[in-house]
Amino acid sequence: MWEAADTMENDTLILGNKRFGNRLFTGTGKFSAKSVIPRMLEASGSEMITVALRRVDFASETENILDYIPRQVTLLPNTSGARNEGEAVRIAHIAREAGCGDFIKIEIITDTKYLLPDNHATLLATETLAKEGFVVLPYVLPDLPLARRLEDAGAAAVMPLGAPIGSNRGLETRALIEMLIENLSVPVIVDAGLGRPSHAAEAMEMGADAVLVNTAISSAEDPVAMGRAFSLAVAAGRMAFLARMREEQKTAVPSSPLTGFLS
Amino acid sequence: MRITVNGCEEDISPCSLLAFIEAKGLAASGAVVEYNERIVRRADWNRIQLRENDRLEVLRFVGGG
Amino acid sequence: MIRLDSFRRTDSFQEVVSHFEAFDFEGYFSQVTPAQVALSLAREKLHWRDFLNLLSPAAASLLEPMAQRARKLTIQYFGRTMQLYIPLYISNYCGNECVYCGFNRTHRIRRRKLSLPEIEAEAAAISRTGMRHILLLTGENREITPIDYIEAAIRTIRSRFTSVAIEMFPMETEEYVRLKAAGADGLTLYQEVYDRQVYRRVHLAGKKTDYRYRLDAPARGAAAGFRAVNLGTLFGLGEKRREAFMAGMHARYLEDAYPDTETSLSLPRLNAAEGGYAPDFPVDDRTFVQFILAYRLFLPRLGITLSTREPAALRDRLMLLGITRLSAGSRTGVGGYADPDQGKAMQFQISDDRPVSVIIQAIRDRGLQPVFKDWEAI
Repeated sequence: MWEAADTMENDTLILGNKRFGNRLFTGTGKFSAKSVIPRMLEASGSEMITVALRRVDFASETENILDYIPRQVTLLPNTSGARNEGEAVRIAHIAREAGCGDFIKIEIITDTKYLLPDNHATLLATETLAKEGFVVLPYVLPDLPLARRLEDAGAAAVMPLGAPIGSNRGLETRALIEMLIENLSVPVIVDAGLGRPSHAAEAMEMGADAVLVNTAISSAEDPVAMGRAFSLAVAAGRMAFLARMREEQKTAVPSSPLTGFLS
Repeated sequence: MRITVNGCEEDISPCSLLAFIEAKGLAASGAVVEYNERIVRRADWNRIQLRENDRLEVLRFVGGG
Repeated sequence: MIRLDSFRRTDSFQEVVSHFEAFDFEGYFSQVTPAQVALSLAREKLHWRDFLNLLSPAAASLLEPMAQRARKLTIQYFGRTMQLYIPLYISNYCGNECVYCGFNRTHRIRRRKLSLPEIEAEAAAISRTGMRHILLLTGENREITPIDYIEAAIRTIRSRFTSVAIEMFPMETEEYVRLKAAGADGLTLYQEVYDRQVYRRVHLAGKKTDYRYRLDAPARGAAAGFRAVNLGTLFGLGEKRREAFMAGMHARYLEDAYPDTETSLSLPRLNAAEGGYAPDFPVDDRTFVQFILAYRLFLPRLGITLSTREPAALRDRLMLLGITRLSAGSRTGVGGYADPDQGKAMQFQISDDRPVSVIIQAIRDRGLQPVFKDWEAI
């Protein structure tokens, strides 16, 4: 247990210029009350949280969601609402100008039936925003050739969906996500569809670099407890993955046919 | 005079951008303002006088995944 | 702002050198674990940090899995073949003072420059061995071996060989264009050492003191249209893992910026008694093998060349570990093929002095096909 913890100490995820010790990223959507957010963040230890940008509704109460997010937590504005790459780029610019930092999650959804992301538009937006120095995290349907293009375009990570938004079906796209994990050089962060902590553990065990969980936590009976449960699941899955890597290395061929000649 | 705010037309009397936002009760709310397709920092709101046909987008960060 | 994972022609490799001068290699290596190396080894497309992991001390325990993967990749990209080439020194006149080299201008050795008829005679002797890829070498002296002379030498021997490469002093793009037009299709140029401070210390005088001019020359060669460009660092001069890394990145840079050019790396290791210079950072066999494997894994399409500086037994083993080109039957003095008594003053000590026919058999014994002629200009 402590040996695993020792290895975990150096196990940080680097995105852009930030280092994350906690591989559970969260979201601010659909909480019953904003006041739950800081408590959830404390319980889960999550170090990055998504926010969205919307027009102010002059008729209703306005609270600043940023007031509920502790300063040390990285903000990840998303481009939800954008229906094409131009709108996504505009939202990114606004978010940066508003002092949100350089991180941006690109979410472009034109499909109203399943809420699937528009991969093509996301690639175009990534190309533009990466050149402008944004730390781009594109949310996409898992697709290896596309993901390679995203990597080449300068995406800081790739965020494949596990299952359609809100479906809570876990890793429906497991085989495709595995391809990304095995073949990309950038981190793979599974987003959407993770309904239970065991789903998150599974994703990390497979070798995902992090997961993003929003609805499963915010709409739980007790979001604070659920946040902590997900955090533990992510840590457990990650530990299992690292242990597997170490084990695979140990059970190498007993004889060394190619390098045995060296001293 | 007529300006467009968040896609809707509004009739207002001449005033600064700051005064307009204050009148909406949003001055302290963390609103982000785009004035004719340009983001304007809060510090500059008092320097902008609204004119006929100006287009404002008043945005804020909200909960979202 | 240079992108280190995807180089462009408009970048200069100098920017990469400068960037990594500030990089804490020791600090990085100290925190690499075998588990991280295993992860890097499992990736299909390696990032430069994966390359660093494979070069790190932590990778020493994973040599066999690295070798297995490297062998698979070599067969995948190169088939079961081994390309052969032979060097011909046509002049050892040199205006540089490199502390490690047998041709150092302060060394009292017999200086010789072959005349065109002599070059013709050497070429004839060489082609009788069956070798078809030749590497022409000179020291650096533009008065004694000007571009005109080199151009004439290339034209003289061109008809006997499928490929004529040159390993000489760095030149201007226009000069490379001229030599290409004369029939040269390959360029070899070692930076010798990427560490600028060490570079200053070991290159005391002559045009070679210009680090930047030399560094950018392989790109000029690629731009001039050379089909193949071969790079290298002389192991022993600078800190070995840094040098291995920079050489690998230089190769990566050329591959990205000039995708039509075949990039390759040589891995010369300074021997202790060479030119009377004892290397500060000797590379033992185990680490040497690790570097070769790391190159193969980082750059699957990279040609990897091994000269006769290395002993026969090691060369034979390395044939299965990622090497794709070998020199054979080499003489490293001026000439020496037509008349073996000539060419006694050597640039470096040959360890594998087996004749071409014996080396060919060694290659076949390992299940590889020796390739004399890799391509044909139509």
